[in-house]
This record gives sequence, structure tokens and C-alpha cells, in this order.
Amino acid sequence: MSAELHAMGSATQPLPPEVDVAIVGAGIMGLALAYHLARLARDLKIAVIERGYLVSGASGRNGGGLRMQWGDAGNVRLMMESIDECKGLAQELGINLWFRQGGYLFLARSEAGEQRLVRNAELHAEVGAPTRLLAPAEAQAIVPQLDVSDVRLASFNPEDGVVFPWPFVWGYATQAVRHGARLRTHTAVTRVEPVGDRYRLQLSTGESLLAARVVNATGAWSHGLNAQLGIHLPNQPHRHEILSSEPLKPFLDPLVVDLGSGLYFSQSTRGELVTGITLPDADDGSDTSLSLHSSLRFLGHISRTLVQLMPIVASMKVLRQWVGPYDVSPDGDAIVGPSPGHPRFVQVCGFTGHGFMMAPAVGRLLARWLADGTQHPMLTRWDPGRFASGQAHRREDMIIG
Amino acid sequence: MSERRFVCRCEDVTLAELDHCLARGLATVEEIKRYTGLGTGPCQGKECVALLCRILIDRGALDPATAQPFTARPPLEPVTFATLAAASLGPATTPAKEPG
Repeated sequence: MSAELHAMGSATQPLPPEVDVAIVGAGIMGLALAYHLARLARDLKIAVIERGYLVSGASGRNGGGLRMQWGDAGNVRLMMESIDECKGLAQELGINLWFRQGGYLFLARSEAGEQRLVRNAELHAEVGAPTRLLAPAEAQAIVPQLDVSDVRLASFNPEDGVVFPWPFVWGYATQAVRHGARLRTHTAVTRVEPVGDRYRLQLSTGESLLAARVVNATGAWSHGLNAQLGIHLPNQPHRHEILSSEPLKPFLDPLVVDLGSGLYFSQSTRGELVTGITLPDADDGSDTSLSLHSSLRFLGHISRTLVQLMPIVASMKVLRQWVGPYDVSPDGDAIVGPSPGHPRFVQVCGFTGHGFMMAPAVGRLLARWLADGTQHPMLTRWDPGRFASGQAHRREDMIIG
Repeated sequence: MSERRFVCRCEDVTLAELDHCLARGLATVEEIKRYTGLGTGPCQGKECVALLCRILIDRGALDPATAQPFTARPPLEPVTFATLAAASLGPATTPAKEPG
């Protein structure tokens, strides 16, 4: 095979016995971080260790939406950075990311929803995001198949868009490896323990390595490693279902979100309708258990809601459904930075279902902080110590799904 | 005549693409499904997964004793949204004109 094939890690990739930074979890967060850090700090030895295969976790299971339309200025600015980063990323990573800026169209069907959209549009104008408010007929001009009979107001940002999540992960993996990071897949970290001012990681293969700093990038699975060090953080997994349809020719430009039901749908570049919805928890407690089983109740609920809003899809067929976990932080803000009591054990977790879209920006800013201590307003805000010190505040109400 | 040999007919995945995948270090059925799209079309792998496993075994990349198909995703066969909407499945769906 040709020389331009850069392996993106494997189950047999040799790891050095000592590293400067060990990143646990090769999802989009761990890999975006590894890529930027390997470029910024060429002398650092970096290992990334993944329990399964690439895209086996939440990074391979999400809907691939990227939006600036948030309810809080910090998130709007962060996502403006992230979307801007995406514009040149296919060239930079050398892989087609299927990034398509068809906008996000939010629909409000209640007075409260309408007020949220009005407030957001004012905020977005202040921050410089090109969101505009639309009357129902204008929303229908963008998506003619919508039933807007009870839509009160819509908002649209043409810069928002969708990607195909898998190549994003492979692109970061390939380039992280190319810049010197070691990426080992199919290998779990079974034990972490402090040794002097470093950490020893025991691996499922029987190997161990010493790391000066460890980054926990395992998202919804982060509790296990944290607990071994007595780090107690309040993020919790939450099960979310999603499905895709048979592929059709392009007919739908934006990703549509119905605020009232939490329904979202978009058409991927492959042509499939990709859709999810807020689903009330089942009463068996399984929704916070990291169980990734699909349910019939999801299919029924989403189909009824979708057909009501978009009657033309009634005759489209569902091809497959699957599940991924959100890593839910109680205040809706991510948990990023030094852990309480363990300053060299760094979290990059708690993204509450929106880590994929934030990762292009987060990988860059967290790498800078790890390389030379450069701060960023979001890092200050995401400090894992905020829960113990009573500094946690909910700022965001635009969490979807 | 084309030299291309198709392994997955729904997604047009060729034998050469499988070899490319193996050369990149992606050698399990779950990884190959995601990297090539094999098995993600209308048949959802019912036609191609056995063939994929056989090719991997021939290439020495899979032990026949442990060969497994990738995780099956419901529904068993394609079903329309209308059919699913008409079945009484799941929680009561909030009517469109709900408050709040």
C-alpha cells in the first residue's frame, strides 16, 4: 500500500514505558487534543489509549450537528471558533469530513419557546453570530415540507451545519499519529495509581506505563477511573437514542429542531435522515446505566412527532437505530481541567451531549493550556473544582436531545 | 470489463477497499463497517457480513472460531415512519399544540 497511508493506531502499537501525557479515551476529545498537543509541543511524549475501536463510543454515535445557536455567550463564541476551525479542517486533516453548512432551523410552538428564540437572537447579534428570526412562512420557505400551522416563531443561522462524525475521528487520529502521538486501540486502562508525582496506568494487556500527566477523555465512562483516585465529580451518563433512514436525494438543507418536543432531524451528506428526540426515562432505571440497548418506545415516539411536523416523511423507511450516551454535567457546562486533589490528572468530560461539535475548538485550547499554561475564559468556567466550591451555575438552556 | 469486485452491493464496497482498510490497521468487522460503510445500506449487512468474515479469515485477519457479525441494529427490515407512528409504542406523544 502507498506511503501516504498513515496508520491510525492499532491494537499492537508499541507504547513507551514512560510518557509525558497519557490520554485515556480516543474519542474526538482525546484525539483532537492529541493532535494539537503533538503539533504544539513536539518534545512531549504522548500516548492515547482506547478501550475499544475508534468511533466505538459517543463520538461514533452522535448526530453530527454543529451550531452557534446557544443561549449563553460563552458557548456561542466557542462554537463560532469551532465552526470556523471546521472550514479548513478537511484540508488540514487530509480527509473528507462531509461538513455541510445548511444552517440550523429552530422552531418554537409555545410562548416560552418564542421568548427563548428572541432572547437568543439578541445575544447572537451582540456576539456577532448571524442568527435571524423568521416568521413561520419564512421557515417554510427554507423547508417547504414542514407543517408550520402552529409554529409561532423560528430562528435560523446559516453558518450552523452537520458533519459525518466518523471521518472526523479518523482524521484527528491519523494526524495525531503522524505528528508523533502513539495511539493504542483495543486496550483498556484497568488501574490508575499515583507513584511519586506521576501516575502508573495498568493496561488490560498486562503492560503498564508511567505518565507525568493523565487526561481523562472517557466522557460518559469517566467515573470508573476517577473513582480509583477518589475524585468525585457529578457528571453522569444518560442514554440517548437516534436513528437513520434510507438515503434519499438531497432535499433538506438545515438541521431542524423543534424546541417543544426536543425532536431534531437533518439529512446527512449520505442522504439519510438522521433524527433523535427527547425521550422520557424508562422506569427501569436503565437510562443512566450505560446500557446501549435500542428501544421500540423510541421508534414509536419519534415517528409520531416527526410525521406530525414533517408529514411527507411518512413513507420513508427507518433503516437502523442505535444508542449513545450523553455525559451529563449537572450545570450543563463541561468539566475540563485539573481534578480536585489531583492537579496532574486532567478532565475533559461532561460535555452533556455536545462534545463532538465543541471538540475542534476544545482540542486546540486545552492543548495550549497543557503545553504552556495559556488560559481561556471557558477553561476557567469549566474548572472541575467549581462543584465543591459552590461556583456552579446553570447558564445554558439550549441543550437538545 | 471492470476489475472491481464488490463485497457489499448496497454501499458499493469493493475488495480493494477492504484491503485498503486492512492496510490502515482496521481489521475487525465493526471497524471495517464504519470505515467503508459496508453493511450500512438497505440490507443492513444480511448479504455481505458472511462474505466479509470469509475474506478476513482468508487474509488471516480473523479467527473463524471467534468470528461474529457486527452488532445488529433494529429494525429487522426497513419500516416506514407511518407504520411506526401508527403502532402504539412508547410514551404518550405530546400533541403539537402543547404549552411550555
